[in-house]
Amino acid sequence: MIELLYWEGCPSHPEAKALLEQVLAELGRDDQIVMTEVRSDEEAERLRFPGSPTIRVDGRDIDAMGASGRPSLTCRIYHLPNGRVSPVPSREQMEAALR
Amino acid sequence: MSIALGTVTPSFKLPGVDGNDHALGDFSDAKLLALVQYCNHCPYVLAWEDRLIKLARDYAERSIRVVAVNSNDSARYLEDSFERMKERAEELDFPFDYLFDASQSLARALGAERTPEVFLFDEERRLRYHGAIDDSRDEDAVGRSYLREAIDALLAGEEPPVAETESVGCTVKWKN
Repeated sequence: MIELLYWEGCPSHPEAKALLEQVLAELGRDDQIVMTEVRSDEEAERLRFPGSPTIRVDGRDIDAMGASGRPSLTCRIYHLPNGRVSPVPSREQMEAALR
Repeated sequence: MSIALGTVTPSFKLPGVDGNDHALGDFSDAKLLALVQYCNHCPYVLAWEDRLIKLARDYAERSIRVVAVNSNDSARYLEDSFERMKERAEELDFPFDYLFDASQSLARALGAERTPEVFLFDEERRLRYHGAIDDSRDEDAVGRSYLREAIDALLAGEEPPVAETESVGCTVKWKN
């Protein structure tokens, strides 16, 4: 199962979803993405949500390093292969998690 | 809602990471003043950070002052505490003042909504450009450098080619 957890206060989830759909298509997969909106600090705590967007494949976060961040309604920080910071995961992270 | 173009800079006096208080009047010698709603924790701020640092350095000798302002609720967003602001500024050797708006009064007066979000004021301290630093958080994909274009135009006595753009970034974290 592929889950995308998001918080509306951060604008990055549509871009993350579009990239995820693109990567899935390129890999020839037709998985549905289960979208889950996180609305409160309590939900963030319960869902172990370290920020938006968070993508899990079969329950495993595609960015293991960031998965242990403090649960919070915030934009999540990702690091791209070129060392830059991004509010969305890299294509490479998605591909690695889906292979 | 953000202040309209032409609006005069709201008055402020805020503590900076340099240990001093900074008031609007302290920047009276600057030709242009760019207030940038800022913070530590937001990935959009971090994505644009190198470009803002470079811009501040590039224009420092032309009497352009960049002032970053963090108004986020640091009780909920610990990374945005005054102590962490000091650490960030020192770590990256910020070439601009970094002020802590703990009461959120300046953010409210500006009508700020996002981080990063630029408010560029001219010599008479009227708002002449408001919005994004440039048109892409991906440095390699930048087509328009809105803030640089606005600064260059104002220094040349012209109108900014684009006066308002949408700020893309994290929301300002208001206190409950």
